[in-house]
Amino acid sequence: MAEFTLPANSKVHDGKKWPSPEGAKRTKNFKIYRWDPDTGANPRVDTYTLDLDKTAPMVLDALIKIKNETDSTLTFRRSCREGVCGSCAMNIDGTNTLACTKPISECEGDVKIYPLPHMPVVKDLVPDLTQAYAQLRSIEPWLKSETPPPDRERLQSPEERAKLDGMWECILCFSCTTSCPSYWWNGDRYLGPAVLLQAYRWIADSRDEATGERLDNLEDPFRLYRCHTIMNCTKTCPKGLNPAKAIAEIKKLMVARK
Amino acid sequence: MATIGKKSLRSDLGRVRGLGSAKDGTHHWWGQRVTAIALVPLTIWFVASIVGLAGAPLTALKAWVASPVVAVLLLALIVAVFQHARLGLQVVIEDYVHDEAVKIASLLAMNAAALLLGGVAALSILKLAFGG
Repeated sequence: MAEFTLPANSKVHDGKKWPSPEGAKRTKNFKIYRWDPDTGANPRVDTYTLDLDKTAPMVLDALIKIKNETDSTLTFRRSCREGVCGSCAMNIDGTNTLACTKPISECEGDVKIYPLPHMPVVKDLVPDLTQAYAQLRSIEPWLKSETPPPDRERLQSPEERAKLDGMWECILCFSCTTSCPSYWWNGDRYLGPAVLLQAYRWIADSRDEATGERLDNLEDPFRLYRCHTIMNCTKTCPKGLNPAKAIAEIKKLMVARK
Repeated sequence: MATIGKKSLRSDLGRVRGLGSAKDGTHHWWGQRVTAIALVPLTIWFVASIVGLAGAPLTALKAWVASPVVAVLLLALIVAVFQHARLGLQVVIEDYVHDEAVKIASLLAMNAAALLLGGVAALSILKLAFGG
């Protein structure tokens, strides 16, 4: 059966409570998931209290401040700090999003921070995305064309180019895929919303000549049709994109070619 | 990077590609939508008809079922209901039952139940329609 409870060695225990900063007028608690593969201990939730008057506005700013000033062992991915690299995707306040574009002020009460759900954890807030990346590779996300390349750019009409809007913006943070219950239960075979959005990005590209082959590879009860239009993907996307609509477009094309 | 705790040494791409695409699923998806759309008017018609027959004598109900249009619509309702339920339950079982033997047994039992219940319902209509 699908697993509805955590295995015994994954149950999350209460962790260390770090002291409040002295003389702080406005404080906020950050409850952060910690797991270290080297100790063999269960995961725990550590509580850090920050002085908001000395913390920059975003959740990522708080994480960096904790790592710099309180606990250098706190482990997380981050790079661009402006929502274009997708590295700092994590579950904040119950929703998958990017720590760098999530204002602390949007979190009511304590800020609860966990890694992306239902992926193996490498350490603390770092999920193992190996399988998701392999799934992306499997849909061959590059232009396929047999027509000899022209001496200049491959042209598109403005209308053809407009079809890619809402898809090229995806930064592959996998917030959507890891929010999807279908991916939680059947992620070994279901491709998940992020990869299916990328698949449709190439299906919808007027310059690509492998549309039929791409649809062939997706036409599968698990790869595509595990999507039950739950819509968590669209709700959680930190870039405001709509993977559910891209999946629906693929399903429409499957019927259209019958 | 290797997957944490991975037992097989097969490459991640090989594992993800697996047995390849089944080239199937569209018919199932389309069937579920078509039966859903068919059930909207059929269910409204059925409920309205039964409400209209409330309090009527048994002979009136038998005469109603025996009319060819009503009998065919009732058969259509039975086909749509059981086909829709069958397709939907199949997805639920595939989603949540991950033990292969239990999954196949559940799918067979569910399909047999749908066929038997649908068969009994359809035969009952035919019996009335042919003056049973």
